[in-house]
Amino acid sequence: MRPQVIAWPVVPRRTARARWKAWRERLAPRLPRDARVFQILFLGSLLSLGVLARDFTLHPAQLALTFMAALATQAIFMQALGLRHRGVLSAIVTAFGLSILLRADSLWVHPLAAALAIAAKFLVRVNGKHLYNPANLGVVAATTLLPGAWISPGQWGNDLAFAALFVALGGTVTARARRVDIAWVFLAAWLGLVALRVAALGQPWAVWTRQFGSGALMLFAFFMISDPMTIPNDTRGRILYAILVACIAYVWAYVAFRPNALPWALLVATPLVPLIDRIWRAPIYAWRVDAAAKEAAPG
Amino acid sequence: MPMPSRALPSRKLLPVAFAAAFVAATLTFVSAGADAFCGFFVGKADAPLGNRSSQVIVARHERKTVISMLNEYRGEPAQFALVVPVPQVLERGQVHVGDRRTFERIDAFTAPRLAEYRDPDPCIPPLPQRAFPATVAADAVAKKERQRPDSALGVAVEARYTVGEYEIVVLSAKESDGLETWLRRNGYRIPAGASAALRPYVLQNMKFFVARVDLAEHAKTGRAWLSPLQFAFESPKFMLPVRLGMLNADGPQDLVVYMLTKEGRVETTNYRTVRMPTNVELPAHVRDEFGRTYQAIFDEQVRREGRGAIFTEFFWDMGWCDPCSADPLSPEELRAAGAFWIPQGGSKGGAQPAMVTRLHLRYTRETLPEDLAFQETADRAPWQVRYVLRTPWSADANACPAMQPYLEQVRERQEREATTLASLTGGDIATIRTRMNLARRDPPPRWWETLWPANR
Repeated sequence: MRPQVIAWPVVPRRTARARWKAWRERLAPRLPRDARVFQILFLGSLLSLGVLARDFTLHPAQLALTFMAALATQAIFMQALGLRHRGVLSAIVTAFGLSILLRADSLWVHPLAAALAIAAKFLVRVNGKHLYNPANLGVVAATTLLPGAWISPGQWGNDLAFAALFVALGGTVTARARRVDIAWVFLAAWLGLVALRVAALGQPWAVWTRQFGSGALMLFAFFMISDPMTIPNDTRGRILYAILVACIAYVWAYVAFRPNALPWALLVATPLVPLIDRIWRAPIYAWRVDAAAKEAAPG
Repeated sequence: MPMPSRALPSRKLLPVAFAAAFVAATLTFVSAGADAFCGFFVGKADAPLGNRSSQVIVARHERKTVISMLNEYRGEPAQFALVVPVPQVLERGQVHVGDRRTFERIDAFTAPRLAEYRDPDPCIPPLPQRAFPATVAADAVAKKERQRPDSALGVAVEARYTVGEYEIVVLSAKESDGLETWLRRNGYRIPAGASAALRPYVLQNMKFFVARVDLAEHAKTGRAWLSPLQFAFESPKFMLPVRLGMLNADGPQDLVVYMLTKEGRVETTNYRTVRMPTNVELPAHVRDEFGRTYQAIFDEQVRREGRGAIFTEFFWDMGWCDPCSADPLSPEELRAAGAFWIPQGGSKGGAQPAMVTRLHLRYTRETLPEDLAFQETADRAPWQVRYVLRTPWSADANACPAMQPYLEQVRERQEREATTLASLTGGDIATIRTRMNLARRDPPPRWWETLWPANR
């Protein structure tokens, strides 16, 4: 007679832990070595959260067209320049960035901005690096040159928890990208300037703490200004650059009272990067952990 | 005619199947345009908003701004005073006493609306037939925006003049304590804590526009209420200094801001701008109490989004409306509301180059630590708050074979409407059902009850 099964066998806790450890050891070499894979995961979840929970007025078609245009432009330039299989990831990152930030009341603004952003990456190059952060350039170009495009900085709301999530995820991403310093320096400089203003004007401190709830600020710090290809290669250069961008943004927002201070400040400061690179020399960033620095292809 | 039950745009992401998404989305865009309201406007219900509300019209193009403020002040005119921080000294010519009717007109044009459709006779096969809607309603009234100053130091009177029933001084101050003392000494009754609230404005070198009622002039008008005040100035800042108004506020305040612009929709840059729920079907009894219902919907949305959110209730140009709760504003009315770019005696009837965004917020000192900052976006897609009533066809249940399935449909629809209303207002569904005279229906048998009917 067969024994009757009365319960499933219980795996002893130790074994489970040991198994998990073994899994991790096996998994480690398989994890993507390219930091952009993490960036894409982060941006993707950010966009989903925004669309689902924050009522982003973004149409699925705009999203689809942004990706198609970014990938197509990337492919065309790769073909034309005879480059090997590289940069698809960065085109996706750019498309995500544009989708999160840019708003338009037509279907053609997003793909045009994406094409422009990717094209600039191949066309505007200094010292073997592209000059402008593609998403930032795309956003500013679209809002100034194209009709019916805008940025909604207030769309994120101000829940601290929401922002904390951004910081946690963003921090991980940039830590992986090994250029986390600039994001933190920038945040410290910007928040410091805002704090000085709040103190000088005797405003409630809630004005300052509300900055933490700005998804746009976190996105800017962790995905735009910290884009390793478009910032100074040397650490000292990056610190100077981050402080500079924060100062320009402050003047833009609180002296000139103009909207969209952060993307504009970055755009205005970008031409300084090759100059700073000339003062402090350091190797160019490589996206992949194993890639040699000089191999870093466009994107 | 497409029935007005357009759902909110899909928020689902379609990261895969780019091409399919593109086609689908293009179709959605097309149908959004075609799904317009095809009825006419019948009536308008009185819908008083909360009593602690104020209304402001801001007309802005480039750096030029005209602000109109309506005070629903019901107290003793002698007690009334208004302090507004302004970016520059306003001359006599920059201040004007407006017409209350302008606010009524713009309120009526932009108010959340109710549209009614009557079901066609189910016994007649569907023809391309025009449904006719009825009723629309409005909300919004206004109140407040008053500072009650009372009695001077480091304070300079930059200008002093009388406009309409108002006695106006424009002050500059070196420090907020001095300003508070000055106001008190000069007979303005200023609430406690004014100095702290005035300080950020003093430090930003702003001037203070202070108005009080000239009792003799006011007596001449013979009116119980005060005229709206308007002032025109130039400033790079697109903002509204609401924080000062909170000083003598008890409890949450409602503010309705009408933004008149030339290019596009206005939204806040330092708070979240949220759209009110719209285009949903509500039970028929809402017709007689739309004001109260909308109030309840607004209360519930405020509760859900938190008080830090600013709600968009309307955005449209002056060319048309759909359905119209009132005619679009004429060129004269637009100019009266401050839209200086509209040419004087301009083309009548034609579409005027003006767009109006209606923003509604409920705030306390805690929820609004910072004055409202705005931006004019490039968005030109019209949008409004519209709720739909559908009146069933009433006839004998046995009038024709199509009648029974139709009645079943109506019952399902009414159930849906009850659920929608309960969700929008956070109300009790049982009460709503009773109000709708919805017969309590036995729930359908559960699956095991059909399997073993004997167990029931």
